Amino acid sequence: MPISESDVLDVARLARVHVDAQELSKIADDLSNILDLVESMNAVDTESVVPMAHPLDMSQPLREDEITEDERRDEWQTLAPSTQDGLYLVPKVIE
Amino acid sequence: MNMHTLSVRELGDALRRKEFSSVELTRHFLARIEQYDSEINAFITPTADIALAEAERADIRIREGDDSPLLGIPIAHKDIFCTQGVRTSCASKMLDRFVAPYDATVVERLRAAGAVMLGKTNMDEFAMGSSNQTSHYGAVSNPWDPTCVPGGSSGGSAAAVAAGLCPLATGTETGGSIRQPASLCGLTGLKPTYGRVSRFGMIAFASSLDQAGLMARSAEDIALSFAAMSGHDPKDSTSASEPVEDYPAALQGDLKGLRIGVVRDQFGAELDERIGSRVQEAISLLESLGAELCDIALPDCALSIPVYYVIAPAEASSNLSRFDGIRFGHRAQDPEDIEDLYMRSRSEGFGAEVKRRIMIGTYVLSAGYYDAYYLKAQQLRRRIADDFARAFEKVDILAGPTSPMTAFPIGEKMDDPVAMYLCDIYTSGINLAGIPALSVPAGFVDGLPIGLHLMGNHFSEGRLLKVAHHYQRSSDWHRRSPPAFA
Repeated sequence: MPISESDVLDVARLARVHVDAQELSKIADDLSNILDLVESMNAVDTESVVPMAHPLDMSQPLREDEITEDERRDEWQTLAPSTQDGLYLVPKVIE
Repeated sequence: MNMHTLSVRELGDALRRKEFSSVELTRHFLARIEQYDSEINAFITPTADIALAEAERADIRIREGDDSPLLGIPIAHKDIFCTQGVRTSCASKMLDRFVAPYDATVVERLRAAGAVMLGKTNMDEFAMGSSNQTSHYGAVSNPWDPTCVPGGSSGGSAAAVAAGLCPLATGTETGGSIRQPASLCGLTGLKPTYGRVSRFGMIAFASSLDQAGLMARSAEDIALSFAAMSGHDPKDSTSASEPVEDYPAALQGDLKGLRIGVVRDQFGAELDERIGSRVQEAISLLESLGAELCDIALPDCALSIPVYYVIAPAEASSNLSRFDGIRFGHRAQDPEDIEDLYMRSRSEGFGAEVKRRIMIGTYVLSAGYYDAYYLKAQQLRRRIADDFARAFEKVDILAGPTSPMTAFPIGEKMDDPVAMYLCDIYTSGINLAGIPALSVPAGFVDGLPIGLHLMGNHFSEGRLLKVAHHYQRSSDWHRRSPPAFA
């Protein structure tokens, strides 16, 4: 199924990536070609096949809720582009 | 002395006999990186100071009589593994200045085993690619022909081992990213069972497929090294509690009675015939060593690439949503508002292929398309896994070609994503099923290496390494090295 240029813009907005106007038709073509490849899946009937979400049949292991890591907030915040008083700064979102 | 031509076993023996120290060995490899890496661009960040400090500590342990097999042996890590205090870029502008605050379990365990970290290797950005051309730090060259790609995404690790810049390197796979570059660079590369190796501290691409492994010159080198990085990790809830095998011991014995299924449908039109002949010769050699052959069909496996290109991008679009320019990673200058901050930080930080996969993943998960794409792909994933499960009721291992082509020229396939994706036509089914596989050098076509692909059932790494080891005792393809890096 071909992806239109407006589909590309929709999906780019959902994915929070910007698409330049001059790239738009090339990206629409690329994504359409990839979906053509993907749609060869339709050749196989999968009625009643149980979907496989994970390669190993395992259940989520549980453990006691104990603290195993040290507090390293200051160190972690050195990685952030902008912080103040232990908080991450972003542009103002509430007027 | 040609220390860079010695195997991991030979290096270990020489270190313990005090023929040279780990510091001398490390200096030798650092000098080679200095001399040759400008030609192949295998390293993003060499870590000479760390290497020499770790080598000094290894020499002390050796003097104290510690005989761990990896003690004092240099290794390079794919730049997808977090390394505390060292830039961990994932070959992306997004993480160009990211210094990891902790070590990946793989890095921590290999260091504890005494391996000496020489540096962080180049790769496709966020491990998305099959040719190492999507790296923010530039393409990597194949040591066998520097005008060609080394494969990907673990292309820097592959090129570094092939050029003798390190004897051993870590890699990771989501759809073939260890085995395909191993094939294109003439190396042995192991992709373990999903869950065999901890994913903690390994930057996530597609969490139900990602798995770390090793690239080296021989199966024996991998057998000596692999246990050190394997096993259950409480920090990764998907890591398997299955006990770790004694891999060197698993190499013993012979191949008499081993049942090998030849995946006949993988010798079709998409395979370069000359590669097919080499792989057939390699399989015949295994037969002469006592293995019994039969043909095996994996009908649904033919759909691995379409299924993979739904599941992997879907998981990637979710995993990469963490890169929002707020807590770490690239942030755009002077954002107008929070939306503009997200949008521009991600658009500036991610390269074209990463954005393409995020968009595909977002599309296949979006309302109205979920059943047609994502659910359908998960159902086919089950059928692909069933193909393998049925095969392993009849045979012990499967064999075929690793890659349909040899290394191709740098620049090729970059304008045609679908052509690039088909590089992993024989490898990605393995990741979908979660089983282990390795690629073994099996000859050359026009001077470029080709690989024999050996696939096994869950947790059969020992058996795969044994078959590869016996093949390598009867062949010498894995001993060839590119003349320009002698």
